[in-house]
Amino acid sequence: MCIKQVPGVSEVKIDPKTNTLVREGVKSIINPNDRNALELALTLKEEHKVEVIALSMGPPQAEEALREALAMGIDRAFLLSDRAFAGADTLATSHTLALAIKKILKEFNSEEKYLIICGAQAVDGDTGQVPPELAEELGIPQITYVQNIELSEDKIVVERKFRATEIVVIETKLPALISVLIDINKPRFPSMVGIMKAYEKANVVYFDSNALNADKSKIGLNGSMTEVEKIFFPERKVNPIMIEGSAEEIVQKLCQYLKNDKVF
Amino acid sequence: MSIIIDEELCTGCANCIESCMYDAIELDNNIAKVLPNCTLCRACIETCPEEAISIEHEEVKTQEIDISQFKGVWVVAEHYKKKIQNVSFQLLSKGRELADLLQVKLSFVLLGKDFDDELEELSLNGMDEIIYIKSPILKDYYSDLYTKVITELVIENKPEIILIGATPTGRDFAPRVAKRLNAGLTADCTGLEINLETRNLLQTRPTYGGSIMATIRTPSNRPQMATVRAGIFNMPEKVKKNVNIRKIEYQFEEKDSVSKIVKIISKTKSNVNIEDAKFIVAGGRGVGSREGFRIIEELADVLDAELGGSRITVELNWLDPDRQIGQTGKTVSPKLYIACGISGAIQHIVGMQNSEIVVAINKDPNAPIFNWAHYGIVGDLHEIIPVLIQEFKKLKSEE
Ligand SMILES: Cc1cc2nc3c(=O)[nH]c(=O)nc-3n(C[C@H](O)[C@H](O)[C@H](O)COP(=O)(O)OP(=O)(O)OC[C@H]3O[C@@H](n4cnc5c(N)ncnc54)[C@H](O)[C@@H]3O)c2cc1C
Repeated sequence: MCIKQVPGVSEVKIDPKTNTLVREGVKSIINPNDRNALELALTLKEEHKVEVIALSMGPPQAEEALREALAMGIDRAFLLSDRAFAGADTLATSHTLALAIKKILKEFNSEEKYLIICGAQAVDGDTGQVPPELAEELGIPQITYVQNIELSEDKIVVERKFRATEIVVIETKLPALISVLIDINKPRFPSMVGIMKAYEKANVVYFDSNALNADKSKIGLNGSMTEVEKIFFPERKVNPIMIEGSAEEIVQKLCQYLKNDKVF
Repeated sequence: MSIIIDEELCTGCANCIESCMYDAIELDNNIAKVLPNCTLCRACIETCPEEAISIEHEEVKTQEIDISQFKGVWVVAEHYKKKIQNVSFQLLSKGRELADLLQVKLSFVLLGKDFDDELEELSLNGMDEIIYIKSPILKDYYSDLYTKVITELVIENKPEIILIGATPTGRDFAPRVAKRLNAGLTADCTGLEINLETRNLLQTRPTYGGSIMATIRTPSNRPQMATVRAGIFNMPEKVKKNVNIRKIEYQFEEKDSVSKIVKIISKTKSNVNIEDAKFIVAGGRGVGSREGFRIIEELADVLDAELGGSRITVELNWLDPDRQIGQTGKTVSPKLYIACGISGAIQHIVGMQNSEIVVAINKDPNAPIFNWAHYGIVGDLHEIIPVLIQEFKKLKSEE
C-alpha cells in the first residue's frame, strides 16, 4: 500500500487584512485518506493472513509516517527517498512507485498475486491521479473511489462510488489496485506496544534512484510532463457590504439590495 | 535540482517561510535557508519580494516530439442513463473558445450505445465534429475499454488538447490514458487559457485545499490533458451548423474487460442537482442541530432554492451527502448563495466561490466567510432567518 506524508494543515485561513495565509499547527501527518488505506490493509491482514507492506516516496522525514504505519501494525516499510525524485508530477511519481513495487514483488516472490491499496487522493496536491497511473504502469486493473471491498482467493468484489448517490459493484481478478474513500472505515490508532515495536525493532528500508535502477529522465522534475508556470494566492473577490440593525431592518435592507442586483 | 536562495538579495523578511507548506525553509543568520525536506513545490518563489529565490535544475534531455503535428481540441463525453452530463456541455463551451483561439477543430468524443437518435440534438452544442464510438457494452463505463479506445483514437488523430470532466469517471480513465500516452494531465482545473505563441494550454488549479493557485503547462509533449469539475464553465449557447459525424462501431463483449460490473445501486429517490441550481441556501454547523435545519429547508422552500451545506453537516447526518458543497463535495455556481452558520473554510469556499451573489449570516464578525460574501449579516441565524422567510413569503405573494 502507498502512503504519503502531507502538511498537517486542515484549516488554512486567509488573513482578511493582508490577504495572506494564516496556518495553524503545521506538522506533517499521514495523508488522511491513506489512513483509511492503512486500516483496510490491516483488516485484510487480520482476516486473510496476508503480509502488509507500505511504501512512501518523500524526503527522509517521511520516515515518521512509515513508523506510524508500522506502529499501527503493518509488516514492512519502504521509503523511496532521493533528491532526484523531488519535483515529480503524478507521472514521475507513479513511475517511481511502480519501480519500487516491482522490485519488492520480485524479492517477495509475489508477482502473481497482490493487491495495491492507495488513498483516493492526497490533501495537498489533490489530483487522485497517482493510483490509476500506477495501475497502468503495473499493467493491472484499477478500481478507484472504493467504499467497500470483499477479498477472496483470487479476486475482489468492490463497491465503487461513481456518483454522489450511486454505487457500482465491480468484480476483478488479482493482481489489482484500488483507491479508497474516507468513508470506507474508521482508522485505528497505534497501540503502545505497536509504537514501541515500531521505534525499537522495525526497520524502514530506504531505496534511492540507484537502488531502483531508475532512468534519470523518468523521475523527479525531469520525468514530469507538466511544469508549474506560476503560483499565486487566490484573490479575495469582494468586500462585503455589512448589513446592520434589528432583524427586521436587516431583512428589509437585504431584500432591497437583492432587488437592485436583479436577483429577483 | 534545488531551490536556490540568492544570499545577496535575501533580506530575511521570512515571507517564504510563511508560504512553505512543508516547513522546509528557516532563517539562518537572517538569510533564508532551504532544508532537505523541500519538495520543490515552488510556492516560495512567488512570495519573495526581492526575487531572490529561483529553481536550479539540471536538465536531462529526453526525446523531443514534434508537437506541431498535434491539432484540435477534444472533449470526452460523460453520460449516465443515456443523459450527457452537464460538465461535458460546459467543457464544450470552453473547448469552443480554445479551439477558436488556436484556429482548430473542436471534437466531441462519445463512447456509448444508444445515441444515434440524439446526435442531431447534440450537434447544437458548438462542436465541429462528433466522434461516436458505438458498442453495446459502452452503455456503462469500463475503465480499461475507455482507456483502450481513447488512446487508440488519440494516436490516430493527434489532438493537442483533451478536456475531461473531473468526476469519479473522468478522474478514473484520464490518468490511465495519460500514462499510456505519456501525456501531461492536470486535475480539477478552474481556469484554462492559451499561450498563442507556444500553443501551450495554461491550466490553473487550486492546490493545498485551495489556499494556493498554480498555473500548469505541458511544454514538450502532446496531447495536453485536463480535467475540470462541473459548474466551473458555462453551458454553451445552442448553434445550428454543419457538424461532421464519425461513427465507429466496436464489437466489444463483456469478456473484453478485465472487470465485471455486478450491479449498480442507486441510493436516492430524487435526483438532486444542486450543481445547476439558480438559488442555494446552505447551512453549516452554526445551524446547531438536525431540527434546526428545518428553518434552512423552509428558507430554501420559499425561495425555490436547493438545499446545501458544509461537510460537517453531512458528517453529523443533518444533510444528505449529495448536497455537500466544497472540495470533497459539489462545485456550485448559483445566482444567489445564502450561507447560514458556515465559517467559510477554504475547502468549502472552493465549491461556491463562483456564485454570483453570496449572502453570509454568521454570529462571528471575524468569520472568514465574510471575505467571500457580497452581503454580510452578523447575527444569530435563528433570529434572522424566520424574519427573512416571512419577508420572502410576502414578496412572493406580491408577485
Ligand atoms: C481534505 C478536506 C476536505 C474538506 N472538504 C470539505 C468540503 O468539501 N466541504 C466543506 O464544507 N468542508 C470541507 N472540509 C471541512 C472544512 O475544513 C471545514 O471544517 C468545514 O467546512 C466547516 O464547516 P462549518 O462552516 O459548517 O462549521 P464551522 O467551521 O464549525 O463553522 C460554524 C460557523 O457557524 C457560526 N455560528 C454558530 N452558531 C451560529 C448562529 N446561531 N447563528 C449564526 N452563525 C452561527 C460560527 O460563528 C461558525 O463560523 C474539508 C476538510 C478537509 C481537511
